[in-house]
Amino acid sequence: MSRQELLSPEGLRVDGRRPNELRRISCRASVLSSADGSSYYEQGNTKVLVAVYGPREPRMRNPSLSTELAQINVEFNVAPFSTSERRRRSKGDKRLLEVAAFVRQTFEGAVQRSVYQRSQIDIYIHLLQNDGGTLEACVNAATLALVDAGISMVDYVCACTAGFVEETPVLDLCGVEEAAVETPDLTVAVMPRNGSIALLQMESRLHVSKLNDVMDLAIEGCKHIHRKLDHAVLAAANDLAEKLSH
Amino acid sequence: MVAEIGPSNIETAFILEALGKGLRVDGRGIYDYRALRILCGPAPGMVEVQLGQTRVLARVTCEVTRPSADRPTEGTVQFSSELGTLAAPNLDRSVAQEVAIARMIERVIRQSRAVDTEALCIMAGEQVWAVRVDLHFLDHCGNLVDAACIAAVAALRHFRRPDVTVDGDRAVIHDPRERNPVPLSIHHTPVCVSFAFMGAQGELVVVDPEVREEMVQQAAFTVTMNAHKEVCALNKAGGVALDPAMIHRCTQIATTKAAEIIDMIDAALKAAAAASSN
Repeated sequence: MSRQELLSPEGLRVDGRRPNELRRISCRASVLSSADGSSYYEQGNTKVLVAVYGPREPRMRNPSLSTELAQINVEFNVAPFSTSERRRRSKGDKRLLEVAAFVRQTFEGAVQRSVYQRSQIDIYIHLLQNDGGTLEACVNAATLALVDAGISMVDYVCACTAGFVEETPVLDLCGVEEAAVETPDLTVAVMPRNGSIALLQMESRLHVSKLNDVMDLAIEGCKHIHRKLDHAVLAAANDLAEKLSH
Repeated sequence: MVAEIGPSNIETAFILEALGKGLRVDGRGIYDYRALRILCGPAPGMVEVQLGQTRVLARVTCEVTRPSADRPTEGTVQFSSELGTLAAPNLDRSVAQEVAIARMIERVIRQSRAVDTEALCIMAGEQVWAVRVDLHFLDHCGNLVDAACIAAVAALRHFRRPDVTVDGDRAVIHDPRERNPVPLSIHHTPVCVSFAFMGAQGELVVVDPEVREEMVQQAAFTVTMNAHKEVCALNKAGGVALDPAMIHRCTQIATTKAAEIIDMIDAALKAAAAASSN
């Protein structure tokens, strides 16, 4: 594979964006009628569908788990048609389990679990198209679905990725940039009201002096995404209010 | 099996109050690591790490396999970990935790390209070396991730694979008794530094949490760095949300700690090499 130029001399990336531009985001809440809460989230070409069921009776009574807090259960499914080559992933695939574990741990800190004792909240995530930033899309879509389900949370959880290409911090990596071997890939999920970090993952090497810039850029991206999610929540609420008033 | 009942309220209050005064339950300073001993075993690639009371054994082996179709010129490095009742008889054994630690070490070493996988190729498309690192946790007294990472990296550097000569289209693998085995090609040494945050908002931070501190922690954060001051991995998932300023501080602390640990790994490997050549 030839070395692709990820950042042109004019400062444009492979998809024509500037280094600090997010991809186009479109999201909608309440897309599934059977789920308590659901959302459809698109960030560039990455498409995620999330369904939330809960709080409901836990299916497996595990006596060693505490009943004072709600259990959050996350299942992450990747559609075989999500990548350019059709590939079926088995259910026990370590990468899928890992993403599901990260999402679960993130929301364990954000959902007010003590409100829903002896209950279980299920989050089912389906990745329909993969073009980079899957963990960030899953976290954002799950936040929207949880808000749609009316589950009590401390704050929104907004996630964004950032990387470092040719001495420039870049925001929101797409699939081509992520696959490039030399690009460090930082995913951060922030609670926008006080700016605290709920999730932080980074892979590949990045010099410690550059870390601050990349992280600050990602946190800025999270604030923009928070506005988009807020709009989607208001749109769904206005929709519901219209239907109820007729 | 007796289920683990978490620390009592009195124990928790004692740990938090002592931390408020800057004291830890085992007498260390907040930023101090426990005593680290690295024992390079009799076999090449066998390293036992003792971090305080936590003990981890790493064993590296290799075999010749066919490469995967999409990477015909690269070998593979695989990790597996075993956290059994030997290490933690009372802990509710969860496969998820074993997988999480193995995946963490795998991400740290594979994604930062610490091991040169192209150097593991014998004949492109036909034969490559598949290196396997097995981590056995012998005793769980807190901070398994750091100990496992040190063990894995030291074992990879200590390991010697059989020498190979390629003659036209035939590869001859020499027995270790005929020709001295060669070391793996390792670019850099990543080392994990783990932090635990305690207190209601996670304001109290400690380095290298011990098992009682781990049970009381509100959030955990791991920074992986190498000797060139490059951050190889960051991992904070779950628990209380942290301030970005705190994250920056931890990264700075990790820089010094990682350098110290890498020096100790270098010294241990040098001592082992000197002992084996005598």
